[in-house]
Amino acid sequence: MTATVEKPDLEIGRDRRRKEDQRLITGRTRWTDNLALPGMLHLAMVRSPHAHATIVSIDTEAAKQSPNVVAVFTGSDLGEAQGACINAWAITTDQVTPAHVPMPTDRVAFAGETVAVVVARTAAEARDATELVEVEYAELPAALDLKTAATDAVLAHPDLGTNKSALWVFDSAEAGTGTSADEAIEKARGDGIVIEREYRQQRLIPAFMEPRSTVVDPTGEQITVWSATQIPHILRFAIAATTGVPESKIRVIAPDVGGGFGGKLQQTPEEMITFAVARKLGKPIKYTETRSESLMAGHHGRDQWQKLTLSAEKDGTVTGLKVELLADLGAYVAIIGGGVPVLGAFMYNAIYKFPAYHFSCQTVLTNKTWTDAYRGAGRPEATYAIERLMDEIAVEVGADPLAIREKNWITHEEFPFTSVAGLEYDSGNYEAATAKARETFGYDELRAEQKRRRESGDRVQLGIGISTFTEMCGLAPSRVLGSLNYGAGGWEHASVRMLATGKVEVVTGATAHGQGHETAFSQIVADRLGVAFEDVEVLHGDTQIGPKGLDTYGSRSLVVGGEAIVKAADKVIEKAKVIAAHLLEASVDDIEFSAGRFGVRGTDQGLAMAEIAMATFAAHNLPDGVEPSLDSDATYDPVNFNYPHGTHLCAMEVDTETGGVLMRKYVCVDDIGTIINPMIVEGQVHGGLAQGIAQALWEEAVYDDSGTLVSGSFVDYLLPTSADTINFDVGHTTTASTTNTLGTKGVGEAGTIASTPAVVNAVVDAVRQFGVNDIQMPCTPERVWRAIHANDGEAETVGAAAPHFSEETGMQGQTDRTDGAS
Amino acid sequence: MARIELTVDGAKVSDDVEPRMLLVQYLREKLGKTGTVIGCDTSNCGACTVHLDGRSVKSCNVLAVQANSREVTTIEGLADGEDLHPVQEAFRECHGLQCGFCTPGMIMQAVDLLNENPHPTEHEVREGMEGNLCRCTGYHNIVKSVLHAAGGTK
Repeated sequence: MTATVEKPDLEIGRDRRRKEDQRLITGRTRWTDNLALPGMLHLAMVRSPHAHATIVSIDTEAAKQSPNVVAVFTGSDLGEAQGACINAWAITTDQVTPAHVPMPTDRVAFAGETVAVVVARTAAEARDATELVEVEYAELPAALDLKTAATDAVLAHPDLGTNKSALWVFDSAEAGTGTSADEAIEKARGDGIVIEREYRQQRLIPAFMEPRSTVVDPTGEQITVWSATQIPHILRFAIAATTGVPESKIRVIAPDVGGGFGGKLQQTPEEMITFAVARKLGKPIKYTETRSESLMAGHHGRDQWQKLTLSAEKDGTVTGLKVELLADLGAYVAIIGGGVPVLGAFMYNAIYKFPAYHFSCQTVLTNKTWTDAYRGAGRPEATYAIERLMDEIAVEVGADPLAIREKNWITHEEFPFTSVAGLEYDSGNYEAATAKARETFGYDELRAEQKRRRESGDRVQLGIGISTFTEMCGLAPSRVLGSLNYGAGGWEHASVRMLATGKVEVVTGATAHGQGHETAFSQIVADRLGVAFEDVEVLHGDTQIGPKGLDTYGSRSLVVGGEAIVKAADKVIEKAKVIAAHLLEASVDDIEFSAGRFGVRGTDQGLAMAEIAMATFAAHNLPDGVEPSLDSDATYDPVNFNYPHGTHLCAMEVDTETGGVLMRKYVCVDDIGTIINPMIVEGQVHGGLAQGIAQALWEEAVYDDSGTLVSGSFVDYLLPTSADTINFDVGHTTTASTTNTLGTKGVGEAGTIASTPAVVNAVVDAVRQFGVNDIQMPCTPERVWRAIHANDGEAETVGAAAPHFSEETGMQGQTDRTDGAS
Repeated sequence: MARIELTVDGAKVSDDVEPRMLLVQYLREKLGKTGTVIGCDTSNCGACTVHLDGRSVKSCNVLAVQANSREVTTIEGLADGEDLHPVQEAFRECHGLQCGFCTPGMIMQAVDLLNENPHPTEHEVREGMEGNLCRCTGYHNIVKSVLHAAGGTK
C-alpha cells in the first residue's frame, strides 16, 4: 500500500486566536460587579483613617436612620461569624502571627482597615451613610518604617511584644548543598573581591484593572460566593475553615476576573465581611471596592531591604553569596505572607555556580497595608539582587558584564544541575539565549555608541542593562511545600468528559483571570484526543463545576494544570481503547490510537473518538464489566519545579541635565520550553515586562509620616501608559523541560522577574562614569539627577527648586517657591 | 430626580435619575449595559470610555443628566449585528487584550482616535491611547491592534 496518511495539523505551537475574546470585545462579560440578584443589598465600608489606634466607640445610630439603609454592623455585631483571615504559610514553627479578624473590634492596625459596614439598598446610599458613622479613635504610635520597626522601637501589635515575625534561614554548609558563605567571604577579603551592597525593593501595588468585588447569595441550600479572585478553591476552604460553615455548603465562583498578578491571591476581609452580612440578613449582598479602597486595602507587594555580600576571586569567579533580607509584612501575615521572600530564597544564586550560599530573611510587622504575592513573588527580588551584583563584579574586574556572567553560569552540558540552594535545574541553555539576544540587540554596536557618547561628554548618555535570569515556577511539589511548612499541597486537578456528540468538556482547577487558559488548554486536548479545537470546552472557576483545584499563581497553570489535563486525557484514551477493541473485535493490544482514531494494527479498520463516545453513551454493546463512561479525572502533583530562563538586554538613554530616562530598546530571549500558543506567550511576556519595567522606573506605594498611603489613587500611583512604554523585541530559544510530558515551562512571571534589573542596570551603566553604582527604585528623574550630582560638590538644591515635601527642606519645598534657590 | 431622554446603542431610553448619577452608573445600573466598566474613581483609567455624540468620553466623568437628548454608544452597540467593528476584530486578531477589563474602553477610544486620524503613526497611537490604562498587555499589542485596524503602519 502506498497511500500516505496525511499528517494532521497540530494545535500545539499554533497562534490560535483566543476563544475568550468574542465576549470580551463585545462587552458580553460577567465581572462580579455586573451581577444583580433579586433583593440584593449593597455594602460600603467605614475604614480607619489612622494607621494604629484603639477603637474607643462606634456610633452607628445616625447611619441607621439614613434613607434606604438596612443595617449597620461593627465587628462586635458580627462576632465570630466573620471568621478569620488565614496565613497558610507559617515560615517558621515559632512565627509570630497576629490574629486577623476581618473587622476588628478593639484596635485598627493600618489606615484603611474596616471598622464598620453599612448595608443599604443601593451602593450610593450605603456610601453616603458611612459618612454618618461616628468612630472615636485613640491614636497609638505606629510602626511605619521597616528598618525602625525591626528594632521594636514602636510595636505594630503591642500585645505581641515584638514586630519580628519570623527569621527564616538557609545555609548551604548546614544543608550539605555547598560550603560556608562566611568563610568564602572572609577568604575573599584577603585575596579576592568582596561586593557589599544594600538594595531597596520598594513597596508596589498589584493594581489589577478590575477592582475587587464580592457577591454572596445565602438564599439557596448552598451559600454562593462570587468573587473577583484568583483562588476560588482556596477561598472556599478558608471560609469553611474559619466560619464553621461546612465546605460542602459553600460554592465559590470566580466569574470573569479582570487581572490579578498575585493581588487576587488572597482571602480578604471584605470577602469575609460580605459573607457574614449575607448570612446574617439572609439576603444577597454585594460589595465592590472603589479604586482608592483597592490601592489602600488590597494587599501590596515587595517592600524589602536586601543586604548582600558577594565574594569572588580576582578574575571574577564567584565563590560565595550572603543574602540578609528585611521584609515588611504590613499589619498582618497574609495568606502567603512571609512565604513570598522564602520563594525567592532559592533563586539568589540564579544561573551561577556558587559554591557557598547563605540566606536569611527577617519578616517584620508594621502598621501599613499587608503585603503578599505580586507577580514573581520573591523571585523578582532575588533576580534583581544577583543581576545587579553581577554588573558590580564586572566593574570591579574590569570585564564585560556578559563575559562575567558567562564565566560563572551553568553551561548547557551541565544539566541537570543541582544548585547551591539544593534545587535540580532540569534543562536550559544560557549560551544560546544570550547569543541570540546579543545579536538581536546589536550589543556591540550599542556598546560602541555608548563609548562615543561617553568620550564626547554627550548630554544624553547611553546605558546597557543585562539580566540573565532564571526562576523556579510551577508551584509546587507538595512534598517540598510540606517540608517548608506550607499549609497545603501543590497539585492540580483536571477532568476530561466525552459528551455523546463527540464534544469534549475539560474541567480544570486552575482558574484563569486573563491568561487564556480556555484557548491553550483546548489546543492541548485537541492534539491529545485528536478532536477539533472548536470541539473542546474548557470549564473553570466554579467549585461546583470544578470541585478540586489549587487555582492560578506562580506560573503553575500550564506546567501543573496542563499536565493534569494531559493525564486525564490519556486515561480517556485508555478507557476508549477497551471499548474500541470490543467494537472492532480486536485485542486491546492491537489497538493503536493516533490523531483521534482507534485503529487495529495491520488493518485499515478503525473508529473515531466521536464514534466511541457515542457508542459509550448508548452503552448497547460494551464489553462485560466496562462502565459506560469515558470520563476521567487526574490529579497531578509535580515532581519538580521547572526553570524557565532568558537573557534580557535593555538600552536606556539618560539625560544628564534633567535626570530623565528614556527606554531606547528592549530585547529578550526566553527559554520557556515547548510553546503551546506563541501569541499568548508573547502577550504574557509583554505584560510581564511592563510590570517589571514599571517597578524600575515608575511605581512606588508611598506612606506619609502618619501612615497614610499618599499614592492611594491612580492620580498618584504611577501606572505606565501607552505613551510611556515601547515595543518589545521578544524571542525564544527552546530546551524542553524534562519534568512534564509536554516539555513546557512557566511564562506568566518571566518578564516581570527579568526586566527590573535589566532596566536599573542600564540606568546605572549610563551614569557610572559619575561615580554612581546604585539608584534606588523607581529611578525617577530626581533620583537619577541626584545620583549624577552626588559627588560633584554642587550646593544642595533647596527652596523653590526642591521637590514638594522634600525632607531636606523640612517639607517646605512647596511653600517657599518665590524665594528661589539659595 | 431629573428626567432624561437619550439614545443608547440605537435605542431610545428614558429614566428619572438622581442629578449626581454618573453616566457610567446610569448605563450599568439602570440600563444593564455592564459591558462598560468602572476601573477607578479619578478618571485616570478610561475603562468606562463610551461615545457621546460620536466622540469618546470617560463616562465616569459625565453626569447622566448631561447626556440628556444626546446619543451614547457603548461597546455593546459598536458591532453591526453579527459583524464586529474593525477595531474589535483587530483587538482579537492582534491579541490586544488579556483579562479584557480595560478592553471596552480601549476599543471605544481607539475608534475615536481612528475617526479623527485614520492613519496614525505608532507614536500618535501611543499618545492617543494614553488616557486608557491596561495592566496585562504592556500596551504592545494594543498599539499593534490599533495600527492593524488602521490598515497597517504609516
